[in-house]
Amino acid sequence: MDFGFTDEQNRFRHEVRSFLEEEIEKGHWEPACDAWIQGFNPEFTRRVAHRGWIGLTWPEEYGGQGRSHTDRLILTEEMLRFGAPAACHWFADRQVGGAILSFGSEELKREFLPRIARGEAYFGLGMSEPGAGSDLASLQTRAVEDGDYYTINGQKTWTSCAYFAHYFDVYARTDPEAPKHRGISEFIVDARSPGLSRIPMTDITGTEAWSDLFFDNVRVHKKYLIGQKDRGFYQVLHQLDYERSGMERIMGNYPLFEAVVQFSKENQLSLQPAVRSKLAQLEIEFEVGRLLGYRVTSVMEDGKTPNWESAMSKAYSTEFEKRLANVSMEILGPYGQLMSGSRLVPLRGMAPHSYLGSKGYSLQAGTTEILKNILATRGLGLPAA
Amino acid sequence: MRLALTEEQEMLKRAARDFLDDKCSKAFVRQVEDSETGFSRELWQDMAELGWMGLIVPEQYGGGGMSFLDLAVLLEEMGRSCLPGPFFSTVVLGALTILDAGSEQQKQEYLPGVVRGEKILTLALDEPGFGGYDAGSIKVEATLDGHNYCITGTKLFVPDAHIADHLLCAVRTKPENVIAALVADAGSPQISHAPLKSIGGDRLYEVVFDRLPVPETRLLGGVSQGSMVVDRIVQRAAVAKCCEMVGNIQRVLEMTVDYAKERKQFDRPIGSFQVIQHYCADMATDVDGARLSTYQAAWMLSQALPCAREVAIAKAWMGEASRRVIDLAHQIHGAIGVSMEHDLHFYTRRAKAAEIAFGDADFYREVVAREMGLW
Repeated sequence: MDFGFTDEQNRFRHEVRSFLEEEIEKGHWEPACDAWIQGFNPEFTRRVAHRGWIGLTWPEEYGGQGRSHTDRLILTEEMLRFGAPAACHWFADRQVGGAILSFGSEELKREFLPRIARGEAYFGLGMSEPGAGSDLASLQTRAVEDGDYYTINGQKTWTSCAYFAHYFDVYARTDPEAPKHRGISEFIVDARSPGLSRIPMTDITGTEAWSDLFFDNVRVHKKYLIGQKDRGFYQVLHQLDYERSGMERIMGNYPLFEAVVQFSKENQLSLQPAVRSKLAQLEIEFEVGRLLGYRVTSVMEDGKTPNWESAMSKAYSTEFEKRLANVSMEILGPYGQLMSGSRLVPLRGMAPHSYLGSKGYSLQAGTTEILKNILATRGLGLPAA
Repeated sequence: MRLALTEEQEMLKRAARDFLDDKCSKAFVRQVEDSETGFSRELWQDMAELGWMGLIVPEQYGGGGMSFLDLAVLLEEMGRSCLPGPFFSTVVLGALTILDAGSEQQKQEYLPGVVRGEKILTLALDEPGFGGYDAGSIKVEATLDGHNYCITGTKLFVPDAHIADHLLCAVRTKPENVIAALVADAGSPQISHAPLKSIGGDRLYEVVFDRLPVPETRLLGGVSQGSMVVDRIVQRAAVAKCCEMVGNIQRVLEMTVDYAKERKQFDRPIGSFQVIQHYCADMATDVDGARLSTYQAAWMLSQALPCAREVAIAKAWMGEASRRVIDLAHQIHGAIGVSMEHDLHFYTRRAKAAEIAFGDADFYREVVAREMGLW
C-alpha cells in the first residue's frame, strides 16, 4: 500500500493549483459550490483545454495526453477544491469521451475526441425520462431506423448543461420487442438538430441548471450510433461506473467547507466544544470519503473498471454533503437562512444553496438505494431481490 | 498511490491467515479465554518461530526488519481470528517503544528475548480517575533516590501484567516533575497486581507499585523525552488497535453476508431482501472506510511522517464505524447472534473494548479539531 504521490504528481498538483489561484486572483471567476455542474464558463474551459487538461488520460492520437488516472484525480480534486467553473467540459471529459473511446467507431473517435480535448465540444446527457429514473431500462424515447438515419421521438429530463451543450449523449429504444434491457441504443445527437427543443427547469436552489429535452422527429445519421445497436443499456452501466468515480461527490461543496471552518475560527465559534466537535466530525467523514474516492482511482490504475467501489464512494459522499450543508447552517444560526444576494448574507449564501442542492445529490447518477443494491449484489454477492 | 496490498504483504497475509485458521479456531479462543492465564505458551512459541514477534525488529536484534505497515497486515489477521494472548502488549506497547526510545544497550538487552518468544512485555499507562490518553494526565511518581527511581502508585487496565516479564511504566519524575518511561522488572515484591474482569475477554490488571526501585539506566529516552515517548506510544497503539479492528469488522461483515445468503425466511434467503442488502452495504462502507483510514495512518507511521491528524481520524472513525457494523451484524444474525454458542460475541466484546482503548471518538475529535486549528 502506498498513500503517497510521486514528486512528479506533486509538481502537477502544484501546477494546477497555481493556475487556479491565478485565475481567481485575476478575477476571472469566484469559487463556488457545484461549479463543476453549474459553472458554465466557456473561456475557462478554453484555458483549461489550452493546457491539455481535458481528456488528460486519453491517447495522444485523439488529442489526449495519455496520462494516468491519478493525474486526472489530482486535476479534478484541485478544480473542486477551488470551486472552478468547469461544467462546460466536465461531462464530456468525465464520461462521454470515455464512452466514445470504449465503444465508439474510429470515425467517431476522430470526429469528437480532439474537439472535446480542445474545449470546443460540450456534451449533455440524455438518460433520465419522466417515467424512467432508477429504472432506466424502461425508457420510452424511440429511435426508428430510416435508411441511413434514425428518427428519434420522446422526452428526456434533468439534462444538465443543456443550454451550453453542442451535443447530447442520448439513449433511445431501438427494439421495442426485445426485453427492455436489450433494446436500447446510444446516440450522439447534435443540439442544433431540427425538432430538438430545450425547456429549462428551475431546481430547488432556484438555479436553471437542468432542462427537459423534447425530440420531435429528430434525425440522426447512423454513424452517430455509439457502439452496437441494442447494447446501449450495457454501455450506460459502464458509463455510470465512471460517472460516479470522481471526487465531485465528496468535494462538490468544498468551498463551503473551507469557508465555514474559517468563519468558525474567525468568530471564535469553534471555542465552543459542540461546534468544533461537529466540524471535526465533518473533517473525519470528509477524509474517509476522500479515501473511498482515491480507492476508485487506485482500482482504475490497476486496469479495472470501478463498479461497486464507485457506487460505495458516491453513496457515502452524497450523505456527507448533506451533513456538511446542515452543520454549516447550524453554525451560522439565523444568518444561515439568508440566501445569496441578501443583506447580511454570510459565506455568499453557500450554506442554504448546498442544503437545498444536496437533496438532489443522492438522486443523480444512481440513487443511493440503487447504489446500495449494486454494492450488495455485485460487491458482496448477495442474491438479487 | 496504490491502495492495495503489495505482493509481499499479500503473502504475509495469506501465511498468517492459514496459520491462525489452523491454530486459532474459535474453540481454541474459547478454551484460552476460560483458562487461568488466558494465554497459550505453545502457540506463543509457534508464533515466535514464524518470526512474528520480531517482524519489524531490525535484523541486528534478531528480527525481520519489516515495516509498521507489514505489522499492520499481521495485526489485521490477529484481529480477524480473535487471537488471545500478549502479542499486542509485548510487541506494540513494549518492543516498539524500546525500539523507538531505548538506548542501544536497552535494545540489546530486551529485544532479542522478545523476538525469541522468551520475554513478555507490557505497558502501565492508565491511572485511576478519568484522565485523557496523553502524557499530561500521568500522576504516578518516580522519585530519584541515588541511582534509582522509586515508583509508588497505582496503574490501571494494564494488559497481561500477570505474565509479563517487564513492565514499561509511564511516570512523573520527582523532583523534575516531567514525564518519563521506565522499564521495571515484574516479579518484584514491591509490585502487586489484581485482575479486572472486562468486556473484551483480554486480561487487564490493576497494578500497585509500592516503592519499587528502578535503576535510572532503565529510563527510556532520557528524562526530558518522556512526554513525547508516551504520546508516540499512544499514537502507535491507537493505529495498531485499529488494525486489529479492521480484521474484526471485516470478518463480521463476511460472517453476516454468509449468514444472509444461507438463512431462509418467507421461503427465500434473507439476503435477497433489500433492507438486509442495504444494511450489508452500509456495513461494507463502514468497513472499507475504516480499512483505508487505518492503513493510511499505518503507512504514515511506517514512513515516519507526522500523522497526529490521520491517526485521530482513523481511531475516531473506527470507534463509531465498528459499533455500527456490529449492531447491524447482530440485527441480521437475529437471536442466534446474541447466544454464547455463536461466534459473534467474540467480535462484539472485543470491538467495544477496542473502541475505549487509547481514546474514543470524542477524544480524537478534539485532536482533529486541534489539528484543524479550531482551538
